[in-house]
Amino acid sequence: MEFVINHLDLSLFAMLVTLGYAAGSYAERKHYASILRREREQLQFQVMTAEAYFSEGRVKDTFLVAGSVVISIDYFKRLLAMLRNIFGGRVKAYESLVDRARREAILRMKEQATARGAQMVVNLRLETAAIGNAANRRNRIGSIEVLAYGTAVALHPQ
Amino acid sequence: MIVTNVNTVPGKNILEHFGIVQGSTVRAKHVGRDIMASLKNLVGGELKGYTELLQDAREEATKRMVEQARQLGANAVVNVRYATSSVAQGAAELFAYGTAVRVE
Repeated sequence: MEFVINHLDLSLFAMLVTLGYAAGSYAERKHYASILRREREQLQFQVMTAEAYFSEGRVKDTFLVAGSVVISIDYFKRLLAMLRNIFGGRVKAYESLVDRARREAILRMKEQATARGAQMVVNLRLETAAIGNAANRRNRIGSIEVLAYGTAVALHPQ
Repeated sequence: MIVTNVNTVPGKNILEHFGIVQGSTVRAKHVGRDIMASLKNLVGGELKGYTELLQDAREEATKRMVEQARQLGANAVVNVRYATSSVAQGAAELFAYGTAVRVE
């Protein structure tokens, strides 16, 4: 107890790291489970990055759909990434962050397209931006935004 | 108004081109959201406040672009692209641009 009081800053730091590790990995596991479940549900829905051409009279409706998410990294992983900066190499902490953000954005776009009665999305585009406090500081990516957008196409039943 | 991000409106022919239309908006977040976000930065996860903020801003930018197209007499905007840039500490610019056309 005496040690904790004498080294308050150190204890606070250790507490934040532990909190970041526990809450961060729990949130990530939960998010991945949700992503996998929804990806299976949306498996039949076609999305492509190419443009598509439709024969005369097939298309009922077209509209733009977009899905976006802002996601943040936890304290523990930020620390890991900072250490990684010294030695170089794969920064796994950030890899899983951008992977989750992209898949979530695409899922939201698909969900919006399905809700509005489309059967497919063509010409998918992905956009990534670093935002928030750390956006202007080069070496500290705090949170990223991913936007997925494309043209939803509703077809006449054949 | 039809908005797409492919070169044409699928299933329709383009009759007339009106050139580029654009819409943009610069948004800043309020302090409450900022504090929540910095707390969320410790534990990780989605920043819902920011997601909503950016979605609203993007809708606004799209609306401005569509309004510009309507003034030109177009009934569709094709090849729409979105871009994001942070212009200052804590503020982001959302930008949408495309080609205004008239389809049959």
